[in-house]
Amino acid sequence: MSAKRTVLGSAGAIVKGLGITFKEMLKPVITEEYPEVPPNFQERFRGKHVLMRDENGLEKCVACFLCAAACPAECIYIEATENTEQVRVSGGERYASVYNIDYSRCIFCGYCVEACPTDAITHGHGFELAAYDTASLIQRKEDMLEAMPANAKPMRIAPAPKTGGGH
Amino acid sequence: MNFYLVTMIKLGLVAFVFLTALAYLQWIERKVIAHVQLRVGPNRVGPHGLLQPLTDTIKLLTKEDLLPGHVNKFFYFIAPILSVSCALVGISVIPFGPKINVFGVETYMQLTDLNIGVLVLLAASGLGVYGVALAGWASNNKYSLLGGLRASAQMISYELPLSLAIAIPLLVYNSLSMREIVEAQNRFQFGFIPAWGIFQFPYAPFLFIAFIIFLIGAFAETNRIPFDLPEAENELVAGFHTEYASMKFAAFFMAEYANMVNICCLATHLFLGGWVPLFPAPYSDFVPVALFVASGAMMIFHGLNPRIKMDGYTLPAFGVVFIGLGLAHMAPVLKDILVPLFWFLAKAGFLLFLYIWVRATLPRFRYDQLMDFAWIQMFPASLACLFAVGFIVAWWGL
Repeated sequence: MSAKRTVLGSAGAIVKGLGITFKEMLKPVITEEYPEVPPNFQERFRGKHVLMRDENGLEKCVACFLCAAACPAECIYIEATENTEQVRVSGGERYASVYNIDYSRCIFCGYCVEACPTDAITHGHGFELAAYDTASLIQRKEDMLEAMPANAKPMRIAPAPKTGGGH
Repeated sequence: MNFYLVTMIKLGLVAFVFLTALAYLQWIERKVIAHVQLRVGPNRVGPHGLLQPLTDTIKLLTKEDLLPGHVNKFFYFIAPILSVSCALVGISVIPFGPKINVFGVETYMQLTDLNIGVLVLLAASGLGVYGVALAGWASNNKYSLLGGLRASAQMISYELPLSLAIAIPLLVYNSLSMREIVEAQNRFQFGFIPAWGIFQFPYAPFLFIAFIIFLIGAFAETNRIPFDLPEAENELVAGFHTEYASMKFAAFFMAEYANMVNICCLATHLFLGGWVPLFPAPYSDFVPVALFVASGAMMIFHGLNPRIKMDGYTLPAFGVVFIGLGLAHMAPVLKDILVPLFWFLAKAGFLLFLYIWVRATLPRFRYDQLMDFAWIQMFPASLACLFAVGFIVAWWGL
């Protein structure tokens, strides 16, 4: 009886399919509830930049301008200042008194991170960069600088350097 | 009490609950399909998207009611009205429970107990085809026309095995009144097996086949996946309702869901014993209480470690409501109303869930397969079933 086998076979196939969808229904959902719950990122997600500090709390950036040179979108603006005995901000000879990234231009290509010889600039996981005007898309050094590590032993407490306006 | 007053109260109650249920059926459908696809579904409006049906309704009501210039105005307007009124009329003959006594007023949990209830339901769903066919015709658009043609051909073809499948239990119960059909199943064989259609002693295998045929016919009759060729969006845009917007589209939408509900209620009464519980009453009265309290407790448990902050408030609230509902099934006056209602709604609800479940599982038929299936396979099968049951009834007597 091939007709009987056809009927039972198709019925079996349908029941099997229904079983699969039912099992899928009971699985936990994979949707990320973003505004309520912080989203999960891949480790290497390229988000908003973070400027790193070394273990003493000094900025790693030595204002070498390599990141600005590597940047294809030309969105990095740096003003370099010499470290002095009174004001020591970075481990090297100079430090970036102004370090602005214009996020209305940045394409998150990661070339600046590759170019950096001191691993000062890195990509963080920040991504909520939307703004109502392009002016507030320009982020300053203070917006991107990593927090001072808790056990840091700063070589000298520097008064906050006066930063200029930028572009 | 005054007959008219009681009828008006029942009418208002049924209309309100039915229309709300139609809106929320769509929410349930979206949620279930989302979870099958590992998504969460609507969750922006209200807790767990529970206010989504309300916003959808407001959106459809306030949308611009566009009248295309190339349509036949009279039939264009009459089609959705015909469709939705035929679909909504069906609920009036469906009983939800036995005779109840509320503070001295005796009444049936049903709008009207016609002695030809099943026929009325069939006639209403048969008339509904005109709405779809007219919509396709009046839209003056080849996709709509194709959709309307497909719909009418399919609905008329599948009405045949569907009607034969309905005739089989009617032979067994010897009545066309929905109430008497349920009463014929309201006993327990050998003390514990319920006499539901598909379990009723000599006829069970045939009624089971008839049930399957009925379900398949019902899917086709309501234009649902896998028989949704009339609105196959990847070939026909949206089929017969391509040219409809705003309230008129909502009317077709509502008609589809109302038809689903009606046909699931009919299947429950014909084959699954209406409000007759699965076990004899002393053991089955605790089932709704246990189920509601268990699900309420589960909600409170999940509310204590919420996935999102909002769940911490809404889930325990719903949990308390569910436990309250469960306990209401034990309250003296409410018990006689709620327990049969629970069994009826549980069965009809399972069939509605089956609709959604199948939608999330099966792909669409090809048109020639669809017609072959109706005429070459389902029609002979239901005919053979009808003859077999007819012989049994004739020999064994009723």
